[in-house]
Amino acid sequence: MTKLLEVKGLHAGYGQTKVLHGIDFSIEQGSVTTLLGANGAGKTTTLRALCGMIRRSGDVLLNGEQINRKQTEDIVRVGVAHVPDGRGTFTRQTVEENLQLGAMTRGDRAAIAQDMELVFSYFPILKERRTQQAGLLSGGEQQMLAVGRALMLRPKLMLLDEPSFGLAPMITREIFEIFRELNRKEKVSMLVVEQNAQIALELADQAYLLETGRIVFSGRADDIRDDENLRKAYLGY
Amino acid sequence: MELFVQQVIAGISTGSIYACVALAVVMIYVAIGHLNFAQGEMAMFSTFIAWQLITWGVPYWVAFFLTIAISFVGGIVIERVIFKPLDNAPILSHVVMFIALLTIITSAAGFIWDFSIKTFPSPFGSAPLFGSSLISAHQAGMMAVTLLLLLALFFFFRYTRVGLALRASADNPVSARLVGIRVSWMIALGWGLATAIGAVAGMLVAPVVFLEPNMMLGILVYGFAGAVLGGLSSPGGAVLGGFLVGVIENLAGTFIPVIGGELKLTIALCIIVLVLVLKPGGLFGRATIQRV
Repeated sequence: MTKLLEVKGLHAGYGQTKVLHGIDFSIEQGSVTTLLGANGAGKTTTLRALCGMIRRSGDVLLNGEQINRKQTEDIVRVGVAHVPDGRGTFTRQTVEENLQLGAMTRGDRAAIAQDMELVFSYFPILKERRTQQAGLLSGGEQQMLAVGRALMLRPKLMLLDEPSFGLAPMITREIFEIFRELNRKEKVSMLVVEQNAQIALELADQAYLLETGRIVFSGRADDIRDDENLRKAYLGY
Repeated sequence: MELFVQQVIAGISTGSIYACVALAVVMIYVAIGHLNFAQGEMAMFSTFIAWQLITWGVPYWVAFFLTIAISFVGGIVIERVIFKPLDNAPILSHVVMFIALLTIITSAAGFIWDFSIKTFPSPFGSAPLFGSSLISAHQAGMMAVTLLLLLALFFFFRYTRVGLALRASADNPVSARLVGIRVSWMIALGWGLATAIGAVAGMLVAPVVFLEPNMMLGILVYGFAGAVLGGLSSPGGAVLGGFLVGVIENLAGTFIPVIGGELKLTIALCIIVLVLVLKPGGLFGRATIQRV
């Protein structure tokens, strides 16, 4: 399989505080990879570093092309859609405008309209609420909107930062089911960062365990799920 | 009763000045999230540029649109050179910079064009409109331009992608970058637009108040009052607020004996205080509703 994303020796942090101490990982084309770890392990920081939202050093290659020197706005343009923690809703804009914003870097209006219908087919509730102010949506709906906004880019790679955060278990399940469908039908590769290891491992093909800024284990998601010692030591279930 | 109607109409016509300035105030507020205290002076400087062009023999409307273009570019340059480096600085640094800018621009205008009062032509003429003594042709024209400007802004924000990008940048800058919007240029664009609108306001006001480096001092306070009354984030509200301030000011000046002409400016300040205390969102400002 070909590698979509390759990360080598990624360092990053906030001001004087270093959070990532040179991590290596890769994502295969068309796969779902998950990055697991406790609070403060550096999961969100990894995603922010990939998108150039914070200072970072090391190599990041997307389809063999270096993207670690690009600015956030330009990383979007090579097809990386980031669903940030807190969902990044444009609260004062309508649901439909939020989706349009996701396609801001694309030019073809007809294709954009088509993709909007595609998003509505996955998340019918967004169609019902299309003229509503996005800040009024529930947490689950805002998460759906965030994923829909990312889809509007027609991304090669989708970065999902704790999509289960603050959601009821049933809604979380529903959303992860949709992730699976998006991965299979729309061929979107995903990097999912999660504290809810159980549900993330069910979805993912590959998994990495992160502890205080270093990768301590990597392997197939199934293997981690079946390895009780590993689960107990790092994932707490 | 006749006096009342007369005063209301007179109020509306002065209100159109405030409405125009209020529109510029709202524009910058939408783009950068706070007010620009130097806005009035920037508008004054633009007006001087127009005056200079006209004095050199450039036809009025050519000078008008040329000034708008120059102001638009000037606003962007000011943002890039002065405010971009202050990107992450606390708001107080911005305020200090606004005040510095205000002083620098006033002095520069005085230095270049001196402080004597100059007349500024009106494209609409100063004859009474339809022979009525209540409202002059210039005031009617000013209202028309203000409303046209409002309409143009409405379409820009509502129906264009750039308008949407601008709103999104103001709403959630981090998220805006994540969808690929160049937020820092959106802020510059907001500055450009606000400065251009300010230039229009200045050029429309100048025939009424005469052109001199301090001409916008009082008017900006009324403009702020109009913008606050209408709701700082709503262009339509700001225009209506501007008209209302004009009417309130006029009626209070006429019918409340203590106020007269001297205390008129106080009314603008009272309006600001009252609105902020009683209804901080203004009449039409969207109170941001958020579910957490």
